[in-house]
Amino acid sequence: MGRLLSIVERGGPRADEVAKLAHPHVGQAHVIGITGPPGAGKSTLVGKLVAEAENAGKRPAVLAVDPSSPLTGGAILGDRVRIDANNLEAFVRSVATRGHSGGLALSVPGSVRVFDAAGFDPVIVETVGVGQVEVDVTATADTTVVVANPGTGDAVQANKAGLLEVADLFVVNKSDHPGATDVRRDLELMLDLSHVSGAEEIAGGRAPIVMTNSLDGDGIGELWTEIADHHQRLIDSDRLVGRRAHRLQTEVRSRLLTALEQATDALIADRFDATQQTIGESAAPSELSEKLLAELLSPAPPQTEGAAEPGA
Amino acid sequence: MSKSSRDSEEYQSWQEAYDAAKIRDVDFETMSGVPVDPVYGDAPYPGQYPYTRGVHASMYRSRLWTMRMFAGFGTAEDTNLRFKEILRNGGGGLSTAFDMPTLMGRDSDHEWSEGEVGRAGVAVDTLADMRDLFADIDLGSVSTSMTINGPSNIAMAMYVANAEDSGFDRAGLAGTIQGDILKEYQAQKEYIFPPRPSMRLVSDLVRFTTAEMPKWNPISVSGYHIREAGSTAAQELAFTLGNGFAYIEAAVAAGLDVDDFAPRLSFFFNSHSDFFEEIGKLRAARRIWARWLKERYGAKNERSMMCRFHTQTAGVSLTAQQPEINIARVAIQALAGVLGGTQSLHTDSFDEALALPTEDAARIALRTQQIVAHETGVTNVADPLGGSPYVEWMTDEMERRAEEIFAHLLEIGDGSILEGTYAGIDNGYFVGEIAESAYRFERSVNSGRRIVVGVNEFTDGDDRSDQQLLKIDPQVEDYQLKRLAHVKAERDDEAVRASLAKLVAVAEEPNENTMPAMMEAVRSMATEGEIVAALEGVFGTYVETAVL
Amino acid sequence: MVEDAAETPLRIVLAKIGFDGHDRGLRVVARILRDAGCEVIYLGLRQTTDNIVAVAEQEDADAIGLSMHNAGHMTLAPKMVEALRAADMDIPVVVGGIIPDDDIEPLRQAGVAAILGPGASAEEVGRTVRDVVNARA
Repeated sequence: MGRLLSIVERGGPRADEVAKLAHPHVGQAHVIGITGPPGAGKSTLVGKLVAEAENAGKRPAVLAVDPSSPLTGGAILGDRVRIDANNLEAFVRSVATRGHSGGLALSVPGSVRVFDAAGFDPVIVETVGVGQVEVDVTATADTTVVVANPGTGDAVQANKAGLLEVADLFVVNKSDHPGATDVRRDLELMLDLSHVSGAEEIAGGRAPIVMTNSLDGDGIGELWTEIADHHQRLIDSDRLVGRRAHRLQTEVRSRLLTALEQATDALIADRFDATQQTIGESAAPSELSEKLLAELLSPAPPQTEGAAEPGA
Repeated sequence: MSKSSRDSEEYQSWQEAYDAAKIRDVDFETMSGVPVDPVYGDAPYPGQYPYTRGVHASMYRSRLWTMRMFAGFGTAEDTNLRFKEILRNGGGGLSTAFDMPTLMGRDSDHEWSEGEVGRAGVAVDTLADMRDLFADIDLGSVSTSMTINGPSNIAMAMYVANAEDSGFDRAGLAGTIQGDILKEYQAQKEYIFPPRPSMRLVSDLVRFTTAEMPKWNPISVSGYHIREAGSTAAQELAFTLGNGFAYIEAAVAAGLDVDDFAPRLSFFFNSHSDFFEEIGKLRAARRIWARWLKERYGAKNERSMMCRFHTQTAGVSLTAQQPEINIARVAIQALAGVLGGTQSLHTDSFDEALALPTEDAARIALRTQQIVAHETGVTNVADPLGGSPYVEWMTDEMERRAEEIFAHLLEIGDGSILEGTYAGIDNGYFVGEIAESAYRFERSVNSGRRIVVGVNEFTDGDDRSDQQLLKIDPQVEDYQLKRLAHVKAERDDEAVRASLAKLVAVAEEPNENTMPAMMEAVRSMATEGEIVAALEGVFGTYVETAVL
Repeated sequence: MVEDAAETPLRIVLAKIGFDGHDRGLRVVARILRDAGCEVIYLGLRQTTDNIVAVAEQEDADAIGLSMHNAGHMTLAPKMVEALRAADMDIPVVVGGIIPDDDIEPLRQAGVAAILGPGASAEEVGRTVRDVVNARA
């Protein structure tokens, strides 16, 4: 299992092979995305949720995503310790973003697929809600939970990052903090003003806001119930299928974009020399890009495409 | 010193205090016979608020620092023999080191205890071990120090119960227990329960000793371990004093008056190799503590404002390479501690980077202190470096850096240092800052920008083949396991269950004091591990989750 | 098809076993390995060999680093190697900390892949980890 996930994370033909084998067995797991700013207590919260799931007789798995250092490509992955602190049986996999966000957009759905096919349910994906890719990855979950903290302007940050749109549920963590009710009010206000939350179509109203304290476990039971209710409503309203179709669409789109980007890079490398001068061309940028685009999209693939493909 | 400053009110008042002090019968002159004054420079003088220059007017002219050497390993009986020898040789204080399982609140028969029983200190599982440890010792006249934190209330209950059973009144017991739980979460990591319930236990012990044991110091606020874990000098200073402020706030919240409690707080600092930085740090510690106690916490009693401390040389600075050169490091660090005005000093043994110290190495360490005390002449004058532009600047700079950290703690604690300390433990602030400093130091050594003699320069001559290292007798563990099994077989299990149930019931009531029930539990021969397990049922177990 | 598999970072599990709470070295090594491009799964204090085995499986670790500052290394390090063998996992174990010279050879005999002393440089730590992983691959 651990090895399989590594193959998926590395990407390439072997990952595609795993995806093909796993695909017929997926669709059973409830995929829960949890995101929020750094230091919001997400991992501790995930640990408590996993305990709730285990108590409910389920077999949960967690994919905990942390950023890699942009300078060295390394990472210290610490979410696991916070999740494990609850003495769990769950399968936890720590994932680093490995610098290139495109990879994450492909590897996370791939890893979720492996967990799903292996019978894990629910599959919880935890990300730091800062980059667009992280938001997108979380947004492809069946149920997306956004965590905010008192005293840090999180509600406003969540709005800016586009997290309000994707949230099915909000959590205000550290509910014992004096500023917790302020954050809740800010969230309510923003949701009322914008009518953007993804929950509205399903719940027929504003996304629920749950107050929790991940340190002592206050509100976790309620959060678990809300997550399960959301899942049930998705099923009852036949919207789960739509969500999954959307997830598939997002994943295919990511793959196409990545493939195109690599093909573009290869073509550019082929046609531009080191001094940034085009070889034998003096056309305007618009003209030039149109010409290259036609080449890219032509039925016969450019001969450089193979360069991006690693040996099998 | 100019004539005018000698006419000042401060000088007159210093002179009065000096004249009132008992002075040692030695010649206060240089080696060449030049007589020297007890103090030079300007006001405020030693013994005057804010005590930057020392807590006493006469400093080491009255009394040298206590040359405290931390010792103890093997069984309680072994350590008891050692204690008696110390007392026969004229020592008035007993320092108790406990082994790792005892410090972690686990019994000698815990699965992780294998190989650790009686190794780095004495094993105390039950009241029976405490009885052996202090058998035939006049607890009414000695002063005992116990270095233990997570299970400090259990050790304290055992100490008091044993003393009372031997006919000593608890009000007459004198000593110190480290009992500094906050730095465990930040640096030493010998915690058991989560921070908030642990602080409730601290408050219980503080209330108990304040009411019933006037000669006992319930907390020694320790920066030593923060520094050893890799902090900078300024971080050591700020985190330690910040913890001291947190204990003050907790005691006041528990209903005590600051002046009832603060005079019995003492501190414990590290003395590292950067000579003037260490001296500046220790001088700044006194000034900051005095100002905060007076201005922020409203102390009226001068003793509440005096930061009195023990100092130990930096174990982490000792190198495994060419270990004998550590003797020089320790001497320089000891000198910094003395010039910083310490009340008590422990010098490390040169072989400690390799193993527990041998008796020879411990003797050299003690002799090093004695050379500083009797040969260097630094004890003739109080705060001899006071007034030096560099030393005064360094003192100010240490204070400024510490104040920046206090401002951060107040910010994350919404105006409370105690809450800021909890927040900093929860969010990994302390652990992260300390680890980052440790890494920065490591990188500077790695890149060769900082030279560590014998490690990255001057590496010739490292020959450890004839090094004598202390080996621990494995029989100690067998003996202790048999002893524990015997105590368990002899005791009344029903009484143990009942006393633990009562302790749990009291622990569940936040306003009750757990100390009386703790005393009953240890008297029923409940083991330390059983008491800890019972309390974990109420308080939970702390797991460190801060990774950065 | 769309990603380059050539430069996958090494994944290293770092932990301490037993009571000993001296984690300065472990935290410094975590940073050294991060800056050497490794992905460090930091478990920290008071881990059991069973838990480390489970984590190494789930995380598909390339190596396990244990830090030891009490005398426990002679029992605990071989116990770790044995637990991995029992789980049929071929993952190198590197031990760092205060290890007396006399104990180095017995630890190697017991299956510890490498031993790093307190004076080990960042470069030495990075190289040692890469070497022991490559030796198994």
